[in-house]
Amino acid sequence: MESQHTDKRYEEQLKKLREEILYMGGLVEDQIQKAVKTLVDRDSELAQIIIERDHEVNRLDVEIDDLCIKLLALHQPAGRDLRFITTGLKITTDLERIGDMAVNICERALELNQEPQLKPYIDIPRMARISQRMIRESLDAFVREDTELALKVCKDDDEVDQLNAQIFRETLTFMLENTQTISRATKIASVSKYLERIADHATNIAEMVIFMVKGKSIRHMKDLPPSV
Amino acid sequence: MVALGTNGWNTEPLGGMMDLQHKIDVPETSSPLSVNPSGQATAAQLQEERSIIEVENVDFYYGSNHALKSINVEIPEKKATAFIGPSGCGKTTLLRCLNRMNDLVLNTRLTGSIKLDSKDIYDPSTDVINLRRRVGMIFQKWNPFPKSIYENVVYGLRIVGINNRNLLDEVAEKSLRRAALWDEVKDNLDKSATDLSGGQQQRLCIARALAVEPEVLLMDEPCSALDPISTAKIEELIHELKDTFTIVIVTHNMQQAARCADRTAFFYLGELIEVGETGKLFTAPEKRQTEDYITGRFG
Repeated sequence: MESQHTDKRYEEQLKKLREEILYMGGLVEDQIQKAVKTLVDRDSELAQIIIERDHEVNRLDVEIDDLCIKLLALHQPAGRDLRFITTGLKITTDLERIGDMAVNICERALELNQEPQLKPYIDIPRMARISQRMIRESLDAFVREDTELALKVCKDDDEVDQLNAQIFRETLTFMLENTQTISRATKIASVSKYLERIADHATNIAEMVIFMVKGKSIRHMKDLPPSV
Repeated sequence: MVALGTNGWNTEPLGGMMDLQHKIDVPETSSPLSVNPSGQATAAQLQEERSIIEVENVDFYYGSNHALKSINVEIPEKKATAFIGPSGCGKTTLLRCLNRMNDLVLNTRLTGSIKLDSKDIYDPSTDVINLRRRVGMIFQKWNPFPKSIYENVVYGLRIVGINNRNLLDEVAEKSLRRAALWDEVKDNLDKSATDLSGGQQQRLCIARALAVEPEVLLMDEPCSALDPISTAKIEELIHELKDTFTIVIVTHNMQQAARCADRTAFFYLGELIEVGETGKLFTAPEKRQTEDYITGRFG
């Protein structure tokens, strides 16, 4: 059973921080899912809504930063509270960047929707599903302090990288065969790159969760550890 | 001994970086003060440290109250070591054992050994007066003598019969400078010590302790009754003093331990729970009890 802080206000604020990060995570995950939907369904109206909704993500980024800085200044946290708050600061930066990627996907979708569809989208939705799942699982790992789940997220990144490479090769083939497709193909390759970046950000979050729980960094290691 | 992680993978966090180091032509030998990313001291750093005090299997009793339970800890030379823990955890008791101040308390008993420079201070042959000269003490409530500032500082020399004015002047100035008090009192050395502010009186007591050239300075909550500016001055002083002296500080203020100490030891109910490098202990302690204490959780 989790022991409670003697200072109840501090306890409340840490709880609030946790909830805000989760809310932001949920929002960002939805942004990605909808962003890919605007592309697959060629829904420009939805794309505008999603672009607009990025303001909410940005607002949360500022708000959570502010809360973290106040907690650091007023409570001089140590130990796992310190790791939790500093991890929170970094996680929101990654979530905010993921939100920006969702906007970028929508912008490409708006452009692509004005031209005939180049090809049916199969791998992109697949990539999006994996990236989304990685975000969800990294945040689940954050809440449950589950380092095994966090490690799984880090490993899943390879799959997204492979799909990105595959889409790049495929779009390149289109471009080589018919120069008319270059504009559309590069945009599709961009979307694929955005999704690959999103997965990287989810991996960052997962790595920070491992630091938060274990107090040990696994970032920038050549090979992932088999377990933590 | 080099402290390695319990999991195989985290012992070489720089494994992937070594190739990079070659590419950018960084010399492979790291500076002796470098600390690897897991916060553990490097082998070179540990080799440099010499323990001036070794506490081995110490148990201490106030009558039937078992106040310290098999304590083993080493105090590194010319470093600041902080003892932290809730009231009644034994931190002050241990501090007072280090220069046999507890001898003055009736009905106490100590087993185990405490060595200063490899010599057991509880050995019957120990000259306790000399021990307390080598291991000085600063108390929570400053306690200058009702004499002039000058006479306070040179008191320790006077009582052993040193009256050479030139020597006393020299020692007074050196000690007051070391205690960062000289500039504030140099023109008023004949004024009564009790006219100084609380923070100045505490620094005067530090100067008095330094005048007899101790090796170790024990500080028992030296700032608990001081305002933040005076506290900052004492903390700054600790940083300077540890170039010359070994400092052991007991504090209830965890931030103070975090700011001043190189190593921190956490005590709970008479046991030493954890001791380690301060940066590590306050960010990622090994033991759950330490974590709960430093984060303000009890239960």
